[in-house]
Amino acid sequence: MLEGKKTATKPPVRKAPAALGETVKDNEVSRRSFFSWLSLGWIGFVASTGGFFTMMLRFFFPNVLFEPVQTFRAGYPDDYIIGEVDTKWKDKYGVWIIRNREGIYALSTVCTHLGCTPNWLASARKFKCPCHGSGFKSTGINFEGPAPRPLERYRIVLADDGEIIVDKTQKYQQEKGQWSDPEAFLRV
Amino acid sequence: MAEQTKKSFLEKAAESQVWKSIFRGGGVPRNRRQRMMSVLNSVFLHLHPVRLPKHAVKLKFTWCMGGLSFFIFLILTISGILLMFYYRPTIEYAYTDIIDLAEQVPFGIMRELHRWGAHAMVITVWLHMFRVFMTGSYKPPREFNWTVGVILLLLTLMLSFTGYLLPWDQLAIWAITVGSNMARAAPFLGHEGPGASLLAIGDINFITMASDARFALIGGRFMGEAALLRFYVLHCIGLPFIIMIFMSIHFWRVRKDGGISTPV
Repeated sequence: MLEGKKTATKPPVRKAPAALGETVKDNEVSRRSFFSWLSLGWIGFVASTGGFFTMMLRFFFPNVLFEPVQTFRAGYPDDYIIGEVDTKWKDKYGVWIIRNREGIYALSTVCTHLGCTPNWLASARKFKCPCHGSGFKSTGINFEGPAPRPLERYRIVLADDGEIIVDKTQKYQQEKGQWSDPEAFLRV
Repeated sequence: MAEQTKKSFLEKAAESQVWKSIFRGGGVPRNRRQRMMSVLNSVFLHLHPVRLPKHAVKLKFTWCMGGLSFFIFLILTISGILLMFYYRPTIEYAYTDIIDLAEQVPFGIMRELHRWGAHAMVITVWLHMFRVFMTGSYKPPREFNWTVGVILLLLTLMLSFTGYLLPWDQLAIWAITVGSNMARAAPFLGHEGPGASLLAIGDINFITMASDARFALIGGRFMGEAALLRFYVLHCIGLPFIIMIFMSIHFWRVRKDGGISTPV
């Protein structure tokens, strides 16, 4: 094949490249403008795909959450005995309701160490976390184990009909001085 | 005719159009160059080096930890795909499906194989890293591949982490509760982390419990159905897809950086 070609034709006449010397006609694309358009196209492509994938991040933040309701009615103040920790809402809402001589407050059941759920030990009168042994008094104050701060309290108010409403979207932290907020403690 | 019948069946097959269209290079390789070409031209053969230096197969030097990691990855891929035929990632079924897989489905060992394999892969990847460090194989020209290897280690740990939630038992739920709480404290991206309060305009906080890194990870404010589904997708599709890309780069670079490093 190769040998046949050699003998059949004389070497082809080489044309000088257009960029050397020859002027470009108006309707032709010059080398320079070709690269300008090419880079513009690439910038546009990268920007639009990059923008698209950035917007796709929003996809991971849904507008509607199918989570348990965060506000619930917890019965009437008389349902709670003075000096006792009520654990009936623990499983469903993650809240302990405690009544003392002055009033009622709602404690979060989330351990402030790493987020496990402590248990109320009635005989020892303390909340004890099974994960790493943090202990909290019935007020929610931490006194043993690795927990760095007291349990959080939730907003607790009375409805118009006298029923208790616990609102878990609003929390009060003792170390920030929020427990003195009127809605962190229900006086009865 | 008499001459042609003397050819063996294999030789005749090698001359057929079917054979030639599949295996390029023409016939049985007879010299070194042809052998090399037949390796390079086959997608399966080219995965292996054309030639191996003697030291590369010394177990004392490599511990075979990289190869073992990949081998375990293959086991995990196959057993994982098999588990997907029974496992349903919902709160209602996840735990009982795992029990079913272990106790009722034939070859219940498949689930154990997947779990123990996962533990083993984390161990072999660490040991592989240790070996590469001790033999100085991270040094030029292999710095880039060391970096890819670190990414592979992190991906292995993330696969292990996401897979841990799927049995949906108490151990898993609380481990992931604790683990994902770390994302809460991530700088700027976690709503309890340093700098998160700076990302606000007036009273409007951009990083809240419903918009931070932890939220993106578990798909909600609390550990629940969304977290299980998210971890399942990441564990079965997202992370394996990413790790396979990085593994390809890793293996390719081992070859391009001069094969397995030579003992000093």
